[in-house]
Amino acid sequence: MEDKKTTSLWELYTAFFRIGAFTFGGGYAMLPMLERECVQKHPWVKQEELLNFFAIGQCTPGVIAVNTATFVGCSQRGILGAAVATLGVVTPSILIILVIASLLANFAHIPAVQHAFAGIRVAVAVLIFNAVVKLYKSSVKNGWDIALCVAAFVCVALFKLSPVYVVLGAALVGVGRGRWGKQA
Amino acid sequence: MNTLFLLFYEFFKAGLFAVGGGLATIPFLTDISNKRGWFTLTELADMIAVGESTPGPIGVNCATYVGFKTAGIPGALTATLALILPSYIIICIIFGFLQKYKESKLVNDTFAGLRPAVTGLIAAAGWSVLQMAVIAPVQAAAAFSPALLKPAVLLLVLLGLSYWLKYKKKDLHPLAYIGLAAVAGIVFAM
Repeated sequence: MEDKKTTSLWELYTAFFRIGAFTFGGGYAMLPMLERECVQKHPWVKQEELLNFFAIGQCTPGVIAVNTATFVGCSQRGILGAAVATLGVVTPSILIILVIASLLANFAHIPAVQHAFAGIRVAVAVLIFNAVVKLYKSSVKNGWDIALCVAAFVCVALFKLSPVYVVLGAALVGVGRGRWGKQA
Repeated sequence: MNTLFLLFYEFFKAGLFAVGGGLATIPFLTDISNKRGWFTLTELADMIAVGESTPGPIGVNCATYVGFKTAGIPGALTATLALILPSYIIICIIFGFLQKYKESKLVNDTFAGLRPAVTGLIAAAGWSVLQMAVIAPVQAAAAFSPALLKPAVLLLVLLGLSYWLKYKKKDLHPLAYIGLAAVAGIVFAM
């Protein structure tokens, strides 16, 4: 947080503009870009804080990318920073969609677009996989953590449970563990 | 003017009640289509397809698209701002709350439980993208042909590339992977 004063609003806006422009597939697919801009390139948040923000973004209403942008912006420059980061992340969407909606009526049905996106989805899967490996190393430290991580994956990937319940359940487990038995 | 007000109202509601990210806004969009008749469900399906195949958050893309189709550029801006406004307000409040209770054991215990679970959630999101990209085309095909394995080959190539770069202590921008994969998709007609 010691960089609070040195982060300019313009930096926030452009960083989140890039995140919005280069994220395909929404939500979690933005994590690699988010990490690059807010953890590696700028010392705005730590990786574990990013996970905190994601957890909150998941169980509060609204678009996760927007929630996360608001959070990071708020942590740097208060509510003004939050507004700037949020507008930054949605500006590319607005521009791109306006162009497509007014010029290319059948955008999603153009064969080249479909082929390109078949490829892009594979890249997104790889990027998310690499991000998960990194996150696992920083966020999973003991048996409890492994159990929580695996349980969350199984509940959502196999049993199609809403992530909202997973987040609430994990919060309860975290509180209970802190209260009734601390594992190192 | 009246349409803009209604757009604001409907998308503010979607932003306030759609918990769990962009795709959670889709049931709200269906509801808007049924109730207001601004667009048909077929048009909505096209909007979602465009929203998914352009960069940016899907919920925001859909709101911009719907707003534009309903009331032009003012409509696009109104719908998008209305969608993100509830998030903005709620998150700013939560942030203030967290700053105040940063040292609290309860808050820290909560996050200690959340972080590994969110890692699992992100893995699950990755799994569903993987299914869509690599497994679904094989399942959807009437008969197996080697061409169906193109995405799987691309997956191995990109994974190999990322590990080779890691080994070489080099780093590639996420966009480079996206660009490479898009070109490969077009060249090999995936």
